Amino acid sequence: MIEPLLKLDFNGTAVVTDDGRCVSYAELKSLSDGWVAKVPPRSLVFLLVGNNLDSLVAYVACLNHGIVPLMLDARIDAALLQRFIEIYRPDFIWRPRESGYVLEPRNTLNTRNEDRLHPELALLLTTSGSTGSPKLVRQSYGNIQANTASIVEYLKLDSSERPITTLPMNYTYGLSIINSHLAVGATILLTEKSIMQREFWNFFSEQGATSFGGVPYTYEMLDKLMFFRRKLPSLRTMTQAGGKLLPSLHQKFAEYASREGKNFVVMYGQCEATARMSYLPPERALDKVGSMGVAIPGGRFELVDGELVYYGDNVTLGYAECADDLARGDERNGRLATGDMARVDEDGFYYIVGRKKRFLKIFGNRVNLDETERLVKGAFAGVDCACSGVDDKMSIFVTDGSRIQDVRDFVAGTTHLNFVAFEVRHLAQIPKNASGKTLYSELPQ
Amino acid sequence: MTNIEKYTQAFMDAFSIDAETAKTLKFQQIPAWDSVGHMGLVAQLEEQFGIMMEPDDIVDLNSFEKGKEMLASKYGVDFGA
Repeated sequence: MIEPLLKLDFNGTAVVTDDGRCVSYAELKSLSDGWVAKVPPRSLVFLLVGNNLDSLVAYVACLNHGIVPLMLDARIDAALLQRFIEIYRPDFIWRPRESGYVLEPRNTLNTRNEDRLHPELALLLTTSGSTGSPKLVRQSYGNIQANTASIVEYLKLDSSERPITTLPMNYTYGLSIINSHLAVGATILLTEKSIMQREFWNFFSEQGATSFGGVPYTYEMLDKLMFFRRKLPSLRTMTQAGGKLLPSLHQKFAEYASREGKNFVVMYGQCEATARMSYLPPERALDKVGSMGVAIPGGRFELVDGELVYYGDNVTLGYAECADDLARGDERNGRLATGDMARVDEDGFYYIVGRKKRFLKIFGNRVNLDETERLVKGAFAGVDCACSGVDDKMSIFVTDGSRIQDVRDFVAGTTHLNFVAFEVRHLAQIPKNASGKTLYSELPQ
Repeated sequence: MTNIEKYTQAFMDAFSIDAETAKTLKFQQIPAWDSVGHMGLVAQLEEQFGIMMEPDDIVDLNSFEKGKEMLASKYGVDFGA
């Protein structure tokens, strides 16, 4: 009925896992066809994923057979998962249990699935960086196809590529790496190990990885690991997204790439634009330090009162905040106001200079400051709170000095981000104007 | 503070845990010891003992025990008998 989005008609190896399993494209196709046998088309399925074969097979199966997955981290907090279940009422949940992955059928209301999911709806993702918000981004088949084609074109991907996973599959950037490489018949090196583990680098070398992606924090870790001293002859390309890299680090990695004959590609994107909106061509990485480049093929930018606005077929349908929203069609018509303030130089290269909305990027995840304040005030009765800070370091001011550690644990637990990103400080009173609005400029630095 | 106390304190500060939890801890056993937390632990150890850890050692440091052996054998930290 539906044209498969990922064709899988290649001869080579689709996946190598870090426990040594090689899966050909033919085998991936048959595994995903087998998975589908149990799930009717236009079902809504929660996929609790990690960078493992079971997750990949289920994802490919869904995308190719008209099943709509919501991608969630396999380590999702039980209470948050329950909230998603109550709001969106999935037909199935694919999740890891002690004995391996299982497909759990759910009791749903008697609504016919075909009616409750819009025909164009392909995939659901949480808005990057969840403060426990059940808000989802609705991506269409056309969105994924358009963005994948653009990425393949500007990164010049082909079947000889061997990307190693460094980002979660439920994160739009991680997923775009999988989509764009499966689209060209490349071999994905699947691992849940982090760059901070010996096993990751062994797998990298043994399997000859050609590329990886990273958020700003990834590049800070690589710098600490003296990445530049490592012998990585197979590596061709490093991509960076998920927030603005410090110009000094951009410079350092661009110089390394230029010296070693590798590509360093800075990119910009959002889940609301499927994944990618811009890229800095690697040959310009050194003379455009700090820039996020130009629009991807098929897209274009415009500045409206300083705000970056993007146009392209990868602009997603819109958000969902309740089950009924899953029946809605396209609400954006190919135009996305990004919420980021930008400038463009005389050569047409864009630079992010600020944000319209109050949020921070923490380890590549968007965390809304106002929402964090509301969460803290909701969880700690009688405590007033104001949040500010910079990327990777949020300052949380609270009016109760005895709850500092509790607030820190709470925010880290809710966002699923390492607590080192949150600095909680005591303030006798939150500075406010006459109408009760917080005066953020008067908060201590 | 003895060296073992300093070493344990580094874990306690890096991950906001007590000494008992620290002593049997392994990488990714608690949410705080992820790759981000690992950077914090390395910074704590480097500061506590005035050392600069080699990249190879940073990626090998995957448990409380392992780190102790490493500091003793490669960085000359004496943990006593």
